[in-house]
Amino acid sequence: MHTTSTDRAPAIATMPEPEAASTISARGLTRIFGNHIAVNDITLELRRGEVLGFLGPNGAGKTTTMHMLTGNLAPSRGEISICGIDLLEEPSAAKARIGYLPEVPPLYRELTVNEYLELAAKLHRVPRARRREAVANARQRCGLTDAGAKLIGTLSKGYQQRVGIAQAIVHAPDVVVLDEPTVGLDPNQIRDIRALIRELGGAHSVILSTHILPEVEAVCDRVQIMHHGELVYSDTIAALKQFESGATLLVGLRRPPPPAELAALPGVATAEAVEPTLYRVQFAAGTDPTDALVKAAAARDWGLYQLKPAQTTLEDVFVHLTRREDQPNV
Amino acid sequence: MIFTIAGKELRMLFASPLAWVVLTVMQLIVGYAFLRRLDDFLQVQPQLAQMAAAPGITELVAGPIFGTAAAVFLFAVPALAMRLIAEERRNQTMVLLMSAPVSMTEIVLGKFLGLTAFLAGIVALTALMPLSLAGAARLDYGMLAGLIAGLVLLAAAFAAVSLFVSCLTVHPVVAAIGAFATLLVMVLAGEAAGDGLRARGWTVAASLAQVVSPIKSFEPFSKGMLDTYAAACLVLLTALFLALAIRQLDAQRLRG
Repeated sequence: MHTTSTDRAPAIATMPEPEAASTISARGLTRIFGNHIAVNDITLELRRGEVLGFLGPNGAGKTTTMHMLTGNLAPSRGEISICGIDLLEEPSAAKARIGYLPEVPPLYRELTVNEYLELAAKLHRVPRARRREAVANARQRCGLTDAGAKLIGTLSKGYQQRVGIAQAIVHAPDVVVLDEPTVGLDPNQIRDIRALIRELGGAHSVILSTHILPEVEAVCDRVQIMHHGELVYSDTIAALKQFESGATLLVGLRRPPPPAELAALPGVATAEAVEPTLYRVQFAAGTDPTDALVKAAAARDWGLYQLKPAQTTLEDVFVHLTRREDQPNV
Repeated sequence: MIFTIAGKELRMLFASPLAWVVLTVMQLIVGYAFLRRLDDFLQVQPQLAQMAAAPGITELVAGPIFGTAAAVFLFAVPALAMRLIAEERRNQTMVLLMSAPVSMTEIVLGKFLGLTAFLAGIVALTALMPLSLAGAARLDYGMLAGLIAGLVLLAAAFAAVSLFVSCLTVHPVVAAIGAFATLLVMVLAGEAAGDGLRARGWTVAASLAQVVSPIKSFEPFSKGMLDTYAAACLVLLTALFLALAIRQLDAQRLRG
């Protein structure tokens, strides 16, 4: 399992960080259904202003985890706290600070958008004086200003999705949990929602679950990948990108030498065969052995046919970690 | 928060045709019964005038139509209550309520209150019929008040049972049929147990068996008696099933 190094303490320790800086924290979260362990010992922590991309193949336990984080399902073990308030001890106080958009938006088709958002505001304890403003604000942020009086049942899927997002943010929660928020939207709407998520990430914390990996790379600060109920990857996007810029080459050789010979070249840290004729060559820090590699290939007649920088994208990591069990010799 | 949920249930009830259909059907059936009874009363009136302690118009006309309304409630309340939890689960809208800072108790009580408020409205419409005779006859307002109170308590008991059954399933139709079956069994079992126990002379046990059958508890009201024991039975039954509903929802959140 790949994890970040321990959280860096502030360089100058003046005051201890206030507890509310961590908006959502889950430790040892486990959920067992009969004999089946759906979620196994998940740990999750978000600071204010962070956007977490929560990934995993279908059936990995993401929805179960999100149900537990939002109080829809009781965990078998573990503890959850929202802004320092324990979800299991004080559910009302904790839930008031969370907004949730599940995979199927919980919309009442017989109500109009205004009626529905007002209901959501009331349920989430928005004070009466601020309700109208909160509803208008949520509508404006989600692009629903013209749809106020329309029946939800008559809206298109994209608009219904927007109402679902509006319901999750109407009470200005500290944590917003979104399960596939851009599914069914057209490309314009997707852009708007991504911008909205980035904007939300400014003042709130967002947990975003999606299958659209470029979206995660574009919007999120951190990534966690779940597989078979366990956390198999947890890191920041920045670390992921930094790790890969120009430090790896994919070399295609028709008559490849043994990997040891490749690794022996000056400036090469490791060389591993990705395919019989394709090698991933990693540089030692601060060197660029591309020249040496090309010269050696020509001199020793390795049949060089491909030379390109390898950028590990999130997709590579995802596939690598979640296909591992299906293909033993990946 | 309970009133928020109750208000939402009422609004949703009237937004779909269900409420209007139920109201129409009730009016038709109770209206027909009312007119029949009134007709019978007018035919019998000369003979009643000669009797010493003749039953009045309230007893002969209002009483039976409240009984008819109670019988129609046996069918209508399960149909109205099936939506409350089962349909929300099927449409995946329960998540909104469960994610909100609302307790299970508030959810159950809110839905119950919404449904009972609607049923109280139906009772009011039913009461309007004998009240329409106020100008032409001397009504026994005490008896009428008893009838109204009894029917409202009965409706509340039916609503609580139906709400509980709605918590048990995801399919609204199964909830409706199950609630109707449960109410029917309760009514019949209560009657049978009461009669059987009374036949053996176990009158105390027979009285306790009255708790099971809401209709049996309604009978004193239909005779104009404000029977506190019967009222307590209905309230107890209502409270029991509401508590069971709350427990059921809690257990489902734990079990998943």
